[in-house]
Amino acid sequence: MWLFLGSECLLFGGLISTYMLYRGRVVNGPHPSQIYDIPFTSVSSFVLLMSSLTMVLAVSSAQRKDDAKTNLWLLITALLGATFIGGQVYEFTTFYREGLGFTTSLFGSSFYALTGFHGVHVSLGIIMLLSLMGIIKKGKITGNKAEVVELIGLYWHFVDIVWIIIFTLVYLIPS
Amino acid sequence: MTTVTETHADTHEHGMSDAGYIKIALILAAITGLEVSTYYVNFGPLFMPALLTMMVVKFVMVVSYFMHLKFDSKIFSFLFYVGLGLALFVYITFLATFKFFIA
Repeated sequence: MWLFLGSECLLFGGLISTYMLYRGRVVNGPHPSQIYDIPFTSVSSFVLLMSSLTMVLAVSSAQRKDDAKTNLWLLITALLGATFIGGQVYEFTTFYREGLGFTTSLFGSSFYALTGFHGVHVSLGIIMLLSLMGIIKKGKITGNKAEVVELIGLYWHFVDIVWIIIFTLVYLIPS
Repeated sequence: MTTVTETHADTHEHGMSDAGYIKIALILAAITGLEVSTYYVNFGPLFMPALLTMMVVKFVMVVSYFMHLKFDSKIFSFLFYVGLGLALFVYITFLATFKFFIA
């Protein structure tokens, strides 16, 4: 998993640096400072950050062999992740209505590619969390249950740390 | 004996209790609040270094405590930080090639 996450650093590194390079390239459509809604994105960031807490509490419960609490924390984590994705869908829809399409400008293309890729990772994480809940309920994990929960947790925390970087470099630092 | 069992049950296998994780989350939330404040308050020349420092602190805290890298085998830290370092080197070189750092 750590090796996979190391390789994911390279993927997101490419997307982030491409965005940094192109964020000022706006010929058509709105400029980043004209469309970013910092208060809204701050709340989304906070939601994703708190999902990391609920995920680590799920791992902790799994290590205590408390299946009920593990599933509860996994469900809360998935719901927080879904809230974040809902916010991203709302943000994309708003940006599109304000004139920023995928092909409007280099800024638009790199922005949607970066945040969209991250959104796909969060969505996959939600599917993994819900699948894990189902597997735990059915008692299909024969080995160390806590280790399986921790592996999914590592992936979930990774998407959180990627967002920590995106939130600062994309939203808070003006182009 | 009961006390020992309870302490073990309440403490994470990797060395942190649930209360410890909550404290870390509160610190992360506070740092996020500070980050957002830079959007509203003029920090002058400190703006960029402060924002980047807070980003790195949050990153390291999540990786160290929530991802347990601080308590795990050093080989995991090696794999992750080598990947991260490689990514930073490649993409800083990439950005420098396109004269990103020249005003």
